[in-house]
Amino acid sequence: MLVAGIDIGSRGAKGVILEDGKILSYSICDTGPESAKTAQLTMEKAINGTGLSLRDFSYIVATGYGRVLVPFANTNISEISCHARGAHWYFPSVRTILDMGGQDCKAINCDGNGRVTNFIMNDKCAGGTGRFLEVIADVLQVPLEEIGPLSLKSTQDFPFSTVCAVFAKSEALSLLKKGVAKSDILAGLHDAIAVRCYNLLKRVSIEKDFTITGGIPKNIGMVDKIKKKVGLEPLLAPDPQIIGALGAALFAQERAQAQGE
Amino acid sequence: MRAHYGYTDGTGDYFIIIDTDKCDGCGECLTVCPENILELAEDDYGKVVARVRDEVRIKLGYLCPGFNLVCSRKETNCHTACKREAISHTW
Repeated sequence: MLVAGIDIGSRGAKGVILEDGKILSYSICDTGPESAKTAQLTMEKAINGTGLSLRDFSYIVATGYGRVLVPFANTNISEISCHARGAHWYFPSVRTILDMGGQDCKAINCDGNGRVTNFIMNDKCAGGTGRFLEVIADVLQVPLEEIGPLSLKSTQDFPFSTVCAVFAKSEALSLLKKGVAKSDILAGLHDAIAVRCYNLLKRVSIEKDFTITGGIPKNIGMVDKIKKKVGLEPLLAPDPQIIGALGAALFAQERAQAQGE
Repeated sequence: MRAHYGYTDGTGDYFIIIDTDKCDGCGECLTVCPENILELAEDDYGKVVARVRDEVRIKLGYLCPGFNLVCSRKETNCHTACKREAISHTW
């Protein structure tokens, strides 16, 4: 059986194809201004090389911020349930999930079946999210992929008083002018984000095992800071960015099976 | 599921928490809210429960008068309307 999950996030769009419960292929694209077009491109990229077409899928579930605008999806499910489902597939022992996305962060608890038992999200402002890291990488003129490793080279603490992208940008600029090393500035900012995430996690409950999903856990500097704040070693999926789309595909599989019966 | 709707900003924490295991979808809370904050909808697992409307989530601190300061003084509010004590506020 062939099913797919598509996760249209605020910054990235992800597609996962499952064949008989195994990941056949997946894709990650940038989210463009039109969700429908982004969804189409993401799906085409995932299909590319498999010789399949959209007609071959028994069920497609859309999730994420742009989920209602995916024309070829059979249904849509919130990203909170999808992240729990996807994380549980990789790590059945996971009870606490921190999803760090492009424009929001979520803290989720799930049970032994991958069902959400508690969740909180803070989507009012993009402080301390992927977009924030992009802004800071731009200010420091360091490629986004390098800010995490660079932050680990820090030798001095410069605590930041804010995770507001606007204020942090000017704070970073003034530190740069004083001659503070980029690595120290980055470490301070990563720390500020970790504190924000920790506060979110405290509102749910922090239980073993713990995982981080979304695009940000690809940043090893961020993972390191969160590990220290939370006090738990996070389990990380091979590609944490596709967990939401994977969860959507798992829901699709369940719905397709229910339809077949 | 304990669903937290709302946000934290510089002025405080504004979350409405709905325990969907307790909520039976009766809809009583919808009728007493002066600001029409809540709605009934099916969750991802197929159960009809109360939730905070999508459009109001990012302005919850302005739209919901708040339980502790305002609505708790009224005879009927979403907390008293809910016989199952499924609703709570952080402010």
